[in-house]
Amino acid sequence: MYRALFARDVFAELDRMQREMQEAFDLSPSIRGIGRGGFPALNVGGTAQSVEIYAFAPGLDPAAMEVNLDRGLLTIAGERTPDLPSGDDEKAAVHINERFSGRFRRVVSLSDDVDPNTVSADYRDGVLHVHVKRHQSAQPRRIAVQ
Amino acid sequence: MNDTTAVTRNEASRTDAATRNEAGQRSDAALMPPVDVIEDSAGITLRADLPGVPKEKLKLQVEAGTLTIEGEVSIAMPESMEATYAEVSVPRFRRVFTLSKELDTGKVSAELKHGVLSLRIPKAEHAQPRRIDIKVS
Repeated sequence: MYRALFARDVFAELDRMQREMQEAFDLSPSIRGIGRGGFPALNVGGTAQSVEIYAFAPGLDPAAMEVNLDRGLLTIAGERTPDLPSGDDEKAAVHINERFSGRFRRVVSLSDDVDPNTVSADYRDGVLHVHVKRHQSAQPRRIAVQ
Repeated sequence: MNDTTAVTRNEASRTDAATRNEAGQRSDAALMPPVDVIEDSAGITLRADLPGVPKEKLKLQVEAGTLTIEGEVSIAMPESMEATYAEVSVPRFRRVFTLSKELDTGKVSAELKHGVLSLRIPKAEHAQPRRIDIKVS
């Protein structure tokens, strides 16, 4: 009864509220929905030569991850299996369960100047890094004046 | 005795770090990593998502009944990269837990794999459930 009056973790609740507030005030929602707060978290950056996507997806088997690039849409999909006790130990109690588990899928639309033949991905310390080069023709060039 | 010195040293280094931070750029902000905490009869298992934190940048500290997990995100990025969109905006994780007395903080084991920290804190010997044999005379 008292349990319900107090959030299990006040800070986790505040964090969630803050996230929801941010979502509510995000003035540039994408056509594919608001990605913030999903799994995995994404950071996207770029240089003149390439586009870099970082997916914060810890605890995955790199072989079981699906990374596709199709017509300018980069899809990252996979599944994270829960590590919680299966129930054979009666004494086991789950006190906090905040980590994501289940299937996930995130889609990023890339700019038109990327070259889909040059995509590469690596997974390190739980971060998936996708690197796509831009087309040679789209790169800034210095034009010599004759 | 050894324990006391270790604690004092930890405290000293922490104060150092705090002063340095205040002097330098503000690096106090940190993200709270999501965790799972599971207790069984022999101890507590804690798993925390710390993507991008290498082993060298992870700091675990048990001090006066609190457990502090602190990690710095270190990802190789091209130098000229400009971020266009970021959901992980702070390259640091921190979370503090209060431990209870029956946990044996001297026997904590930790493993970091693919950005997931697994901590095992066993319960002290005397706190573990024991089955009492009844002798029939």
